Amino acid sequence: MTLNERDESHAESADRKVSAVVGFIRKTLIIAQMEILRLRHDPTELFSRAVQPALWLLIFGEVFARTKAVPTQGLPYLDFIAPGILAQSVLFIAIFYGIAVIWERDLGIVHKLLVSPAPRTSLVLGKALSAGIRGLSQAVVIYLLAMLLGVRLNWNFTALLGVVVIVILGASLFSTFSLVIASVVRTRERFMGIGQILTMPLFFASNAIYPVSLMPAWLRAISHCNPLTYEVDALRTLMVTGATSVYGLSIDLAILGGITAVLVTIGGWLYPNLAR
Amino acid sequence: MAIVETTELTRCYDDLVAVNSVSISVEPAEIFGLLGPNGAGKTTVIKMLTTILPPTSGTAVIKGFDIRRQAASVRRVIGYVPQLLSADGTLTGRENLLIFAELYDVPKSEREARINEVLDFLGLSASADRLVREYSGGMIRRLEIAQSTLHHPSVLFLDEPTTGLDPLARTAVWEHIRALRSQYGITIVLTTHLMDEADRLSDRVAIMSAGQVAVVGKPSELKKSVGKENATLDDVFINYTGGQPEGGAYRDVERARRVARRVG
Repeated sequence: MTLNERDESHAESADRKVSAVVGFIRKTLIIAQMEILRLRHDPTELFSRAVQPALWLLIFGEVFARTKAVPTQGLPYLDFIAPGILAQSVLFIAIFYGIAVIWERDLGIVHKLLVSPAPRTSLVLGKALSAGIRGLSQAVVIYLLAMLLGVRLNWNFTALLGVVVIVILGASLFSTFSLVIASVVRTRERFMGIGQILTMPLFFASNAIYPVSLMPAWLRAISHCNPLTYEVDALRTLMVTGATSVYGLSIDLAILGGITAVLVTIGGWLYPNLAR
Repeated sequence: MAIVETTELTRCYDDLVAVNSVSISVEPAEIFGLLGPNGAGKTTVIKMLTTILPPTSGTAVIKGFDIRRQAASVRRVIGYVPQLLSADGTLTGRENLLIFAELYDVPKSEREARINEVLDFLGLSASADRLVREYSGGMIRRLEIAQSTLHHPSVLFLDEPTTGLDPLARTAVWEHIRALRSQYGITIVLTTHLMDEADRLSDRVAIMSAGQVAVVGKPSELKKSVGKENATLDDVFINYTGGQPEGGAYRDVERARRVARRVG
């Protein structure tokens, strides 16, 4: 092989790598596009999903704000829990994504996706992004409610962009976790049980409605292993004027991004189990 | 040269041998039927050929690509319609097609033309912009065939394509399957538990029972080989397997019922 030929073959292999990456991203976005199309045809779910966070903010938040019993890093209590409630509603949407995946398996949609040339991990990441899109719709609702309740929201463009990123990351993380569980248990009945068991402990073992410093040592240890804690920390820092991060935004981002990447890899490996 | 060739293809689930050493070969532009009762192993064969399920042993080659080592290349040259009605009911027919055109890398410049072509070919142009949940069972099946042929595959796998359809819709699906072969030269491998369907649609059939292929041949020749006047494929089945053409694992029956419910 001459030097020129070697250069050309290197260039070809680099081209192939670039087109593989472009193809991967495109396939991921197509799966997310399916979700946008679904939401456009039937947006009612967006409104019904808004009820629960509204109750948490309007009732739980308002009542606990009066007690002034929770140390909230110098923030009014409603300011403190608004990001926690956003993280919670994103978690609730994402953790039941496994049910949607099992439903798609029962309809044969998973089989057809697996027979397409799309890489398995792009299918899983596409599903994760879909959960992110639904999560963002929750963010819009919670921002509106928080505004009405007088929460001092940070309207800085970079901070808003940061909230978008964290919501998508949080939804991706928990929806992929859910997809991994669905790929292992494979039936709706078994999944429902596990989904119920997971959501509330994840929520309560986090800093969503009270700070970690208030917890007993054993719960504090658990909350430090809980990705929701880092999601709430990042959201609080970015959403509320005057809030400061406990762990540091870069740590929050690295933990959420790292766990999501690991889960997407595991998900890509386990997802075909659903069709077998 | 065969376009689909399996060599001692075997799949076990723990102690159960679902598919046992199946060796078949399908010629280009042939309509090949895998015929047998529910639970005979037909769907498992299709799942292995479409790269959903890895074989326990043995292998298969599709258009020169090995299903184990070149799964990604296999997926580019095949189309697949699963037994379940798998079109997304929450999207319109056109959106279902658009998603799959993109997944299969149909070039952007050709996408619209291809979608219109398959819609027209399968008689769905008028209902393309309606939500699929408003379609009849026969229309969903035709839409799925459209979805799986958008990228002009060389081989199309159809798993029980007419389960749950009424006779009129069934005949329409048969006509479209024949037209896919005659107009586009697509090789078709289909599974069915309906003797009549296999007889009228397939150039050749492989009769499967308990995970094994009992006999392969043209329906007319197989019927002649039984040595009985006006023999049917039921007689062929009994003659070569020694059993009755009924059966069905719980899972298969459940799946068939689920399809029937969705078809309405």
